[in-house]
Amino acid sequence: MKRQTLDLWVGVLVALGIAATVFLSLQVANISNIGGGPVYTVYAEFENVGGLKVRAPVKSAGVIVGRVSDIRYDGELHKAVVAVALDANYEFSTDSSMSILTSGLLGEQYIGMQSGSDTEMLQEDDVVWLTSSALVLENMIGQFLFSKASEDSASGSAKQE
Amino acid sequence: MKSLFSALAGFLRRLGAPVSGALIGLGQGTRFLFAMLAASGTCLRRPGLVVREMYFVGVLSLIIIVVSALFVGMVLGLQMYETLQRFGSGDVVGMVVALALVRELGPVLAALLIASRAGSALTAEIGLMKTTEQLSAMEMMAIQPLSRVVAPRFWAGFLSVPLLTSVFNVVGIYGGYLVAVEGLGVDAGTFWSQMQNAVDFRLDVVNGIIKSLFFGAAIMLIAVYQGYQAAPTAAGVAMATTQTVVRSALIILGMDFVLTAFMFTGMGS
Amino acid sequence: MTTNGHSDNLVDMRKVDFAYGERAVLQDINMQVPRGRIVAIMGGSGSGKTTLLRLIGGQVKPSRGEVIVDGRSLAGLRNKEMFELRRTMGMLFQMGALFTDMNVFDNVAFQMRENTDLPEPLIRDLVLMKLHAVGLRGAWNLMPSQLSGGMARRVALARAIALDPTLIMYDEPFAGLDPISLAVVSRLIRTLNDALGATSIIVTHEKESLNIVDYVYLVSGGTIIAGGTPEEIQQTSDPYVRQFVDAQPDGPVAFHYPAPDYREMLGL
Repeated sequence: MKRQTLDLWVGVLVALGIAATVFLSLQVANISNIGGGPVYTVYAEFENVGGLKVRAPVKSAGVIVGRVSDIRYDGELHKAVVAVALDANYEFSTDSSMSILTSGLLGEQYIGMQSGSDTEMLQEDDVVWLTSSALVLENMIGQFLFSKASEDSASGSAKQE
Repeated sequence: MKSLFSALAGFLRRLGAPVSGALIGLGQGTRFLFAMLAASGTCLRRPGLVVREMYFVGVLSLIIIVVSALFVGMVLGLQMYETLQRFGSGDVVGMVVALALVRELGPVLAALLIASRAGSALTAEIGLMKTTEQLSAMEMMAIQPLSRVVAPRFWAGFLSVPLLTSVFNVVGIYGGYLVAVEGLGVDAGTFWSQMQNAVDFRLDVVNGIIKSLFFGAAIMLIAVYQGYQAAPTAAGVAMATTQTVVRSALIILGMDFVLTAFMFTGMGS
Repeated sequence: MTTNGHSDNLVDMRKVDFAYGERAVLQDINMQVPRGRIVAIMGGSGSGKTTLLRLIGGQVKPSRGEVIVDGRSLAGLRNKEMFELRRTMGMLFQMGALFTDMNVFDNVAFQMRENTDLPEPLIRDLVLMKLHAVGLRGAWNLMPSQLSGGMARRVALARAIALDPTLIMYDEPFAGLDPISLAVVSRLIRTLNDALGATSIIVTHEKESLNIVDYVYLVSGGTIIAGGTPEEIQQTSDPYVRQFVDAQPDGPVAFHYPAPDYREMLGL
């Protein structure tokens, strides 16, 4: 096998491999997740974080603007404190709100963030006050049954009168 | 009483022999690894040697990698779609196929295929060179067989495995695409967008590549080591070749578990 | 057993023992190879002849005793010095041991390309000269698999003398050769040795070698049982040597492998 032919084929192999990797990176994976740009951390307290996990996305208007970096339980506040790393390119007002939402019907949980009307912006180590906890399925069912039962008894007693 | 004791001792010794044999083998393998790494300077000074071996290890494995990947991807697409459809989630078949391939099947299957095809060929080649005294002849010419013969083959394999794994992944995804979009009518746009949503570059693609690097190092080391220490007979080389495939398979699967636990369960905490 | 009295010995082995693990292969070997001479090491299969070559080449170390090559003890040599020493040695392996993935030309050129900085055109001329010396100049482009046994042996010989060594070692160079190839190789060993001013050691059990060597050592069971010129060997009265030279099936080296009484084994 001549030298040049050998080199040619090995070059083909390397080119294919690199092209495949590039393809995987661009076409298959989510590019916007590449690169850790500068971030700033804010904190939010929740009554119930539900199934929220670290590294879950934080979305505003449906676009990923940050990620959950830490979830802790605060013994004094008796609440969950979630640390969120927000992309430094985006600014949110100090009266922004965060809610824990579920993607799809049974999907992963993420934080939905909505900027408010305040002129001041959130800085590093600020706390977001307006939070809405996760909807827990059992509570919802319990509430539903309870309201159904009280509805029945209300209509039942109405019938009786 | 004494005979019972000696019988017990004999039993333990027989039981322990394979274990101690395995440990000795592990030690020898580690020593071989360091000797080979130390002898790798020639590969840097004469990259032509490595390139030549990359042809035999990498390029000649392309066919089997591509064909296997195509079939694996197609089967994945078929099977996954069938199950997902039952939950009305047929649209996410692209995501499922891509994740399965990039995280697991790509690195593992590619490594298994390469170990079987290229690894066993390497073992046989080196073992045969040992049997026909070619390695001895080289030594007598004051040329280190580790530098000239073994190290280039190892590095060639190590570089080829991640490349072939990426090719495997891409062809596999294409196979899934063929089945899902062309065959089963999933919308092409949905196929790709669902995939892009779920496959994370750092977590999935990069981790998959890291896996393939680990696998590549392991299977290539096993292949060259088995050949180098094979008994210089026909039977010895044959056994060494079989051992390469068997041990590579076990190591791949074992490492896969450990690596997966490290890499992917972090997301679940 | 006599030792030849030449003072200038290229190889000197003194009281050498060699054991492979627990098994003693060689015991109390005292051997001298004078410069410019061809010495044969003869003996039956498994007598440890090949191990002697490996000891001289430094591939293995003796468990006792000293191996001195060109005035220097091998035991004290560092890697670099051993490297230098090996460049002055050439070895012809049994069956040739040609590198199967390259052609005849590259095989002979291998050592030149790896161990020297000679330019390609010069290497080309040298390789062709070496091949010409063994009569295979026209076979330069063949692959080892295309060569007959005799031709492969000659190419291996050309390769062994590639860097004009001062010591050439032959491991069973006549094994499996037809009478013509045998005569060819035999003649080559003598003429090359004299032309290069080298010293040669031939490990063999081929009586043909007695025609070309200057001195013979006979090895049996790991020790040297006889040493002398070919004439002395052929006229000896020592029973061991006699059996070997006369090719007697039975004698001091017994025909029957040790076994219990025959009648007992048959159960009579």
